[in-house]
Amino acid sequence: MIETTQERQAKETVRKKKKIAAETKPIVRYLDVTKTFGDLEVLKGINLDVMPGEKLSLIGPSGSGKTTIIRMLMTLEEPDSGIIEVEGEPLWHMEVNGNLVRADQKHLRRVRSKIGMVFQQFNLFPHMTILKNCTSAPIHVLGMNKKEAEERAMAMLERVGLADKVNNYPSQLSGGQQQRVAIARALVMEPKVMLFDEVTSALDPETVGEVLEIIRDIAKEGKMAMILITHEMDFARDIADRVVFLEDGMLTEEGTPEQIFENPQSERLQSFLARFRNGSGS
Amino acid sequence: MSVMDKIRQWNWEHAIDSFPLIFKAMWLTLGLTLACYLCALALGFGWTALRSVKARWFNALVRFVMQFIRTTPPLVQLYFLFYAWPLVPYVGYSFSPLTTAILGLGIHFSTYIAEIYRSGIESVPKGQWEASIALNYSRFQQWTKIILPQALPPVIPMLGNYLIIMFKEVPLTSAIGFAGMLLVAREYAQDHWSYIEPLTIVALFFLALSYPSSLFVSKLEERMNRRFRKNEQPKGVAVE
Ligand SMILES: Nc1ncnc2c1ncn2[C@@H]1O[C@H](COP(=O)(O)OP(=O)(O)OP(=O)(O)O)[C@@H](O)[C@H]1O
Ligand SMILES: [Mg+2]
Repeated sequence: MIETTQERQAKETVRKKKKIAAETKPIVRYLDVTKTFGDLEVLKGINLDVMPGEKLSLIGPSGSGKTTIIRMLMTLEEPDSGIIEVEGEPLWHMEVNGNLVRADQKHLRRVRSKIGMVFQQFNLFPHMTILKNCTSAPIHVLGMNKKEAEERAMAMLERVGLADKVNNYPSQLSGGQQQRVAIARALVMEPKVMLFDEVTSALDPETVGEVLEIIRDIAKEGKMAMILITHEMDFARDIADRVVFLEDGMLTEEGTPEQIFENPQSERLQSFLARFRNGSGS
Repeated sequence: MSVMDKIRQWNWEHAIDSFPLIFKAMWLTLGLTLACYLCALALGFGWTALRSVKARWFNALVRFVMQFIRTTPPLVQLYFLFYAWPLVPYVGYSFSPLTTAILGLGIHFSTYIAEIYRSGIESVPKGQWEASIALNYSRFQQWTKIILPQALPPVIPMLGNYLIIMFKEVPLTSAIGFAGMLLVAREYAQDHWSYIEPLTIVALFFLALSYPSSLFVSKLEERMNRRFRKNEQPKGVAVE
């Protein structure tokens, strides 16, 4: 009896340790990922780990390939070479008889269920009401029943402050409101990693604040990893655990927000940041 | 009385005699139109699906076949299906006039319908595909839940136009012995040696059916245009 209890405790400890180890493994890992469009070598070997729950800001000059990096993770763009892993599992590849081969649709769907994305142009479905925008995927993709999906969607819409708009169509909402719906729509899928690609750059200046406020609020909750591309440097600094700087298709500098913004090492990063300090933006 | 005199004369008796026959055949013509149309709508999806296959050689092949079908006269296609197809070894099969008519006109017009579908599909912004991938819909669901519900409504008037066009092409099927309005009228004419009355009645029937339909379609078009322009406007909220 005593032995078995000890055994059980020992096993429990091992399991806990394993769990901690699992939690400290990166949720997303880029290994030597490259991408070329025609003659343009956009990404020249990206290596990047994102930890579970980590808030990562991706900054860099226009055209440096920021969008391409996260689009590959959302499976909207296929890398030319290298491997992207999600929870230790290759995204664009699968193992068949010990060989890594190009992933099929089924594999892609399974792995990308862990990823969500909010787009610069919102991309709400114009033929669906706000509520339906937020319940359609939970019902048809996650197989939730309608009532459950609506409850969850309502909770999210309340959180982004749009519970009174559920029966409106996207075209009846302002840009900021549409983007808040898009955030709610992505959240109801409960991804483990959420991608934000310049989600405020298509907005009227007056509505930028309300969207940033919501993202800040989500970030505080903590359990979801986030990769943010933004030209709002104050925001990037505020929200991020870590900032990486991309230039010429390479991640050339990374660090805590303090390190990156207070003590940038490379000249390129310094001049990049200086442009924002001067208030000219990008 | 000479033959010419007889032809020139409008004879109410013949008109009244042939009217019920033609009226009855009208239902057949309408039914056939609808059947051909449904066939074309369905096959149009088939073409669209074939064209969505990524392989370039396959795409070129599909485009060539569609172009071939579109540029060959439908009457030739009907004759081919009816008279020549049964003689083709192995796959040859002798269809009834009705089946030939549905298949022949259905296939011919499906190539036009497919183009309409394509224009609708291409008008859906790329971001809609991307959002549907990000939300992890299956390929099939991307089409049925997101893309087609946006692609089809704006092209409904164009599809409606093709219903009217097909209605006007259906008399071709009299050439392979389908007993629609035209064939019935011609038979009556030959039997009674009076062409003017039955053929005039056929023409009037076509006018009476097509004209209001085309008015309806243009009304529909106006409404759709207004609706979609209205919906599009707030999309461009981008500033700067
Ligand atoms: N589908 C494509 N086809 C061809 N070129 C592309 C494509 N997508 C991106 N590019 C090019 O790749 C480069 C990187 O694009 P990307 O959108 O990733 O940059 P970015 O860092 O997000 O820039 P921005 O800050 O302006 O959004 C750009 O030069 C762009 O023109
Ligand atoms: Mg970008």
